[in-house]
Amino acid sequence: MKLGFLVDLHLCMGCKGCEIACKVENEVPLSTWRLRVKYVDVGTFPETKRTFTPLRCNHCENAPCERICPVSALHYLDNGIVNIDKERCIGCAGCVMACPYGAIYIDPQTQTADKCTYCAHRIASSMMPACVVACPVEANIFGDLDDASSNISKYIQVNQGNVQVRKPEKGTNPHHYYVGGGNVTLNPLASHRIDGYSLFNKITTLPLGGDH
Amino acid sequence: MAVHEILAATNAVVTLDVALPGIVWPWFVTMNMWAKSIGTGVIFMLFLLLRMHPESGKKLRFHTAVAAFVFINIFLLFTLADLHQPFRMWHIFFYPHWTSAITIGSFIASAFLGLLTLLVFLGWKGQNKDESNDTYDKLLLWVTILAIPVTLYTAALLSQCTARELWQMPSESAQMILAALLSGSAFMILLGGDKLSYEAKKTLGVVLGLSALMSFIIYMSEYVFGAMKAEEIAFTLEYIKGDGPYTVMFWLGQWMTYIIPMVLIVLSRSSKSKAILKLAAILAIVGLFMVKHVWLIIPQLLPMS
Repeated sequence: MKLGFLVDLHLCMGCKGCEIACKVENEVPLSTWRLRVKYVDVGTFPETKRTFTPLRCNHCENAPCERICPVSALHYLDNGIVNIDKERCIGCAGCVMACPYGAIYIDPQTQTADKCTYCAHRIASSMMPACVVACPVEANIFGDLDDASSNISKYIQVNQGNVQVRKPEKGTNPHHYYVGGGNVTLNPLASHRIDGYSLFNKITTLPLGGDH
Repeated sequence: MAVHEILAATNAVVTLDVALPGIVWPWFVTMNMWAKSIGTGVIFMLFLLLRMHPESGKKLRFHTAVAAFVFINIFLLFTLADLHQPFRMWHIFFYPHWTSAITIGSFIASAFLGLLTLLVFLGWKGQNKDESNDTYDKLLLWVTILAIPVTLYTAALLSQCTARELWQMPSESAQMILAALLSGSAFMILLGGDKLSYEAKKTLGVVLGLSALMSFIIYMSEYVFGAMKAEEIAFTLEYIKGDGPYTVMFWLGQWMTYIIPMVLIVLSRSSKSKAILKLAAILAIVGLFMVKHVWLIIPQLLPMS
């Protein structure tokens, strides 16, 4: 079994339901996120378009975070999930530095690294991840990549040629795919972050959650 | 369609996102690299002096071992202080993950500190023996060999940070060794004082000057050509170019650590001035902190997602 995620960006409408569901399910502390939806505006009025991109851990097959973790706090599960043992983590932040997707954070409450686990605890009880359940348009598709009859495998087959991963040049082999993505949605360097452009807050950078 | 319209149409602005994390590895990690460079560098220099200028080297056995011991402890202290869960440090030794440079480095650094402690003891015991201290010298050989991976492991760690394209393994490992040679020779010039003969100081000056030159060439190569290799490097280097937030610190570091010391060493050789050589050594040691700090921070300013 090799679990994977696919987000159809044609369907995503940026409601952030997945983001909230994840926060609630995993009790993610304030100022940190396991899953977030990024809005990027393209073009100049009136020729403008808003894109929505849900971003979470990519559960890479060749995960830099797993490799750099000195105590195996980050480890693979048999189903391909890159899981984290917070009791073992020493908080060196090597994984935060290694992850090319910015998906790992230091939990300000436990002072350990944390990230999306594809809701491994729910999957162990044969439930879908919280974000999949919350999505009103079924833009999040989750399943076994090794099973050709799974929804995710079928989706990939149908959309061949339009399935992307983030930063493929890193050689991480993510188990997280996007349909309908482009440079603006998948490449963080393809868009500007201008102070004052954010819709609901003016904060672009926060100190790393932790004691220093 | 006019050119300005094409540019506008491809213009993309993030309009809603979470706040991104700031600096993950702060100046604690700079201190780690800086202190480790000195701690291992002085060992390299003592090894060199005992072979090339034994009359000077033998007087510095104890002092060098103490200096290395102090700086390696500073390095380890700041490594520990940088952990968010420092009291779980022991997990590294009981749940080691051998693909991690942090694990390998922790074991090697611990062994190095153990041997260094023994070296301090042997140096102290043989303080009154001006001539030979065979046990010390035999141990020094192993300590010198072990100092190589100790100083290199941070380069391996940086290169394992897949997210930070700027830190490439071949150049980082060269920079780590050169930083050790540069800071080690500079510190020995200051530590040795009158115990060093003029010839020994000249040798240390050559090591300092050449390691400064080679390190400077690598940084300038990255500065000029790095942007042509990868998009992320190009974006990262913008922080030290033009009006970038770290431009001043970067160039201040380059001048203090490399350019001025190289000139001062040439001057000290022509004028046989000890004071100029000492000034070069002080500038190199202080400047190295800035150079390392800038290189540590700028890749962390880049948004990853």
